Order: sequence, then structure tokens, then C-alpha cells
Amino acid sequence: MSENSDGVGGLTFDKSKRQWPNELNVFGALILIIIVFEVLGAIFVGQSLLFDTNDRFDSIFNEARLRIIIIQVAIIGIIALGVTQVIITAGIDLSSGSVVGATAMIAMSFAQVATVNGSPNPKAIFGEWALDLPWIIPVFVGLSVGFIAGMVNGILVAYSRIPPFIATLGMMLFARGVAQWWSLGNPVSFPTEAYTKIGAGMMPVIIFLSLAVLFHFIMNYTVYGKHTYAIGSNEQAARMSGINVPRHLVLVYVIAGMLAGLAAVILTSKNLTAQSGMGLTYELEAIAMAVIGGVSLFGGRGSIIGTVIGALIIGVITSGFTFLRLGAFYQEMVLGMIIVGAVALDQWQQQRAAARA
Amino acid sequence: MSDIILETKGLTKHYGGVHALEDADFTLKHGEHVAIMGDNGAGKSTFVRQITGVEQRTRGTVTFNGEEVSFAGPLDAREAGIETVFQTLALADDLNVPDNLFLGREKTMWNWLGPFRRLDYKSMREDTMAGLVKTGVKIPNIRNTIANMSGGQRQCVAIARTATFASKLTIMDEPTAALGVQETAQVENIIRTLKDQGESLILVSHNMRQVFDLVDRIIVFRRGRIVANLNKEDTDGQDVVAYITGAKTGAEYEGAA
Repeated sequence: MSENSDGVGGLTFDKSKRQWPNELNVFGALILIIIVFEVLGAIFVGQSLLFDTNDRFDSIFNEARLRIIIIQVAIIGIIALGVTQVIITAGIDLSSGSVVGATAMIAMSFAQVATVNGSPNPKAIFGEWALDLPWIIPVFVGLSVGFIAGMVNGILVAYSRIPPFIATLGMMLFARGVAQWWSLGNPVSFPTEAYTKIGAGMMPVIIFLSLAVLFHFIMNYTVYGKHTYAIGSNEQAARMSGINVPRHLVLVYVIAGMLAGLAAVILTSKNLTAQSGMGLTYELEAIAMAVIGGVSLFGGRGSIIGTVIGALIIGVITSGFTFLRLGAFYQEMVLGMIIVGAVALDQWQQQRAAARA
Repeated sequence: MSDIILETKGLTKHYGGVHALEDADFTLKHGEHVAIMGDNGAGKSTFVRQITGVEQRTRGTVTFNGEEVSFAGPLDAREAGIETVFQTLALADDLNVPDNLFLGREKTMWNWLGPFRRLDYKSMREDTMAGLVKTGVKIPNIRNTIANMSGGQRQCVAIARTATFASKLTIMDEPTAALGVQETAQVENIIRTLKDQGESLILVSHNMRQVFDLVDRIIVFRRGRIVANLNKEDTDGQDVVAYITGAKTGAEYEGAA
């Protein structure tokens, strides 16, 4: 066998096979979209999207708009962190929006105050025992509801071999039903002051970014992350390597469910009320964030960083259309095209890689 | 310790009414390379699956390394020291070389974190390099994902697992069936390296030239039974074909098939 360091049997080092991180492509797309809005802004409304042209702030950026962009995607972004992991296992979670609805109603019922303006709380769901509880209790209840929903999803997907699309579609309908049944469609309002602090101001953003950092580490540096990628990449290989695939899938769906539960807690805390319609279409927006961020629906590929950038892309587009004073319908049309484009690009890259091998 | 690494007695597998494997008696010595040949459906892969715990045998005993064993699954077999290179590559395309080598048995730190324990990438990379050097496998960049590799490189990665984990027995199920000439040569070189290092090997193959190049002994399966046990020196291609097709049956196996 030859000893040349470039390899044997035609295995020479090929620079074109060096890997370019996909997150950079997604980041490039974000920059491109910002540039497009800046140019359109300069032409049509005479303003800058992200930069402080009117000297209203101390920095060069339009801080108010930046804050809005990130706050409006933070809550769904938290859901997207879980959805990303589910999609990496080659699954899908359609239930997260409805789980937000159900969790919002249930958790809020444990966050209510006893007295409103001196008289007893008119919206109280339970008796006095559930009023004026410390904030940790509704948070715990919210996470528990998410845990249970995720557990059911996970068990259905992992052990009954029902396709994830159908299993979570069932949960989507079921959880929405629970949300409406809980208080027969009435909103649950008047939370305690401590509870309202969870989602106040920049808190959703802080929680979203902290969780993103945490899950970035988990997905890249732990056994959990490695097995998640392995299952999505080649489930048979994962099983033959001795990974307990069903148990791992349950864990992934439980994490996704708990993140949806947490999102519901933050959302109700921010809005000071819970309604049975909360979280409608959140599952689709979370999936969109992941897909735009480069997470492959075929499983095995994608990252938390990609999803965070995907969330920012959606935030920029939403803000950008408002900034250009264009109607929301244009925004949805463009988002629709971007999602299809992202999946088409993923397909194309996949095929090119297969052709090269 | 005896010099026999693997012995099966009366190994039998029925799938419902189909007798896929019937009374297979087989021995393999330490450091010996044995080929298993036979037509499609002759029971070769079934035989391998019973040894590696992928399936549970209907009857018979398997003795590995001096102990009677009954593997509940492929992981058990792997832990005991049997490494298998499957016909369908058991590699995760989106992971890189060390990740694939260590899949399911990662080296970790912070083990109190349970499923969230930290991967020891550095140590796994070093072991991977050592395993690649030992087998003579050369891969341009071990941090590349498997998806970016050629069929030959993939097969080499699968084989390099064996060397990395100091296995006692390697089983390869048609390792070069899907490879080109150059890549086949590379895989064969690796098999010779394993021979020099005294690794025991069972090679399932259809390729007569390859078998005569690489192994010491040839076992022929036909219709679920072993019909010949031939030393390489005492036989030739035509002879083996006669056994495979049923024109001949080994003296000690008369009446079996």
C-alpha cells in the first residue's frame, strides 16, 4: 500500500468536497433580504429599515424596530427550537400551536388573582385554593401540560409507528378541543403580578436566546444531539448501532411539547389573558422558521443556529412589509414562496450530493 | 483457551414454514479467514444474522470465544467482540467519520447528565485516526460527512469500525458488491491488513477471484445447508461452482441436501 499522504485508490484530497456550513447560506439570505428592504425603503418611503437615519437613538440602528422584530418572533421561536429537533429526527410536529392554546388556558387558571379592584375575581376558574398562587405553580402546570402532550405524541410516533404527521395532527385537534372545553370558550384573565413579569418587556427574547444557546450546545456536543441527527439520517443504522430509537424519539417529542408549554406561559403572561384560540397556526410558523433556517424535512440536517436565523428572516420580512406600508397579504404570499424555495433548494442540494457520491 | 473463536452446532432458522437454515455446524479458528459462498437464498445471510444476533435462531448453539452465547441483538454481539459490516451500509449519511464509528457507543464526559452527557470529540477523533492507520484506510478529511464520500470510502469507514474497536471477529456481508474495481482493490487490501494482524474473518462473497485471493477456507451453502468445507489449496473455482450448483456435495455432508 502506498504511503502517500493524499490517500490511496484515487482518494486524493478534493477541495470541492470541503464542507461549507449551511448556516452561512441562511445568514447570507438574511443579509440579502435586509438589503432588498433597505433599497426598497430608500426608494419608496425614504427611510431605512434597520438603521437610525432620523437620529432618534444613540446607536446607528433603529433600536425600536430591531426590538419589535425580535420580540415578535421570540415566542414562536421557542416553539421552533423544539420543532427543529423533531424535524431533524425526520418527524414533524403539527400540534405545537394547539398545545399552546390548551396550555395557555390550563396554566392561566392557576395564575389568577383573588381580587380584582377590591371585588372577587369574576373570571376565576377554580375556587379560592387556586387563586394568588406563587408564579412557579402555573409555570410548572404549563410545562407539565406540554410534557404530557409531547409524551403522547412521542409514544404514538415511536411505539405505534403511526406517521408523525397523523399522530401530531390528532394531537392538534385534540389539544384545540381541550382549550375550548376548559372554560367553555371563555377567556381566562387577571393573572398575578408575579406571573405577568415572566413575559414582560424583553423577557421573551432573553428566554428564547438562552434556550437557543442551551439547545445549540445540546444538539452539537451531547449524546442526545448526536443520536437525534443519527435517527433522522438513517434510522436503521441508528437501531443497528444500539441506539434505543423509540425511547429517544419520545424524549425529543417531550422536549418539543415542553417548549410549546413554556411558550404558552410566556404568551399568556405577556398578553395578561388566555384564550382558546391562542397559538393558532403557530405550528406552521415554527415549521417555517426551521425550514427557512435550513432544517431538512427529510431529517438529519439542520441546526439551532439555522432556525434562529430563520426566525429572524421571518421577523425582518414581517416588519419590512409593514415598513413599506404594504398589506399583510403580500407578506404571506412572499413567505409562502420563500418556504417553498427553501425546501426546493434543500432538495436540489441533496440531489447534487447524491450525484457526487 | 482453545484456538477456536467461533463454533456453531445444529444452527437452524425457520421463517414459518421456510427452512432458511438447517443444522449448520461450523468452526472458525483464531486468525483464520473463511469465505461463505452459495447461491442467492442459500442461507448465507441467514447464517450471519443468527450469529450476530440480528435474528433469534430456531435451534442450535453458538459458542464464541469459548463461551456459549445467545445475543439478544446486534449490540450484544458487538460488545462481545463481533463486528459486522452489513450488506446495507449501517452508516448515518449526515454524520462524519468519528461520529459513525462511535455511533451508539460514544466516548463521553459529564456522564451524570444522562442522555445529555457531553461527547468527548477529541478522544474519538484520536481513536478514529488510530483505527484508520491500523487498517490502512485513508480518507481525505474525517470531519466530512459520509454523504460527501464515494461508495468505496463509505465501505472503508464501515470496515474501519472493526479495527477501531479491537474486535475478535469480523463478519463482512458482500463488502464489495456495489464497488468499482479500484475501490474493491482498496477494500481487499484492508482485508489483507486484517489478516496480517491476526483478525478472524468471515467473508460472505459471490466473487470467486476475491475469495481465492483472500481466504484460507471456503464453506459452501446450498438450500439452507452447508454442503462443503474446502481448504483453498485443495480446491479450485470449478470445484466450488460444482458445490454451489449442486453438482457435487461434500462427502461428510452426503444426504444433507
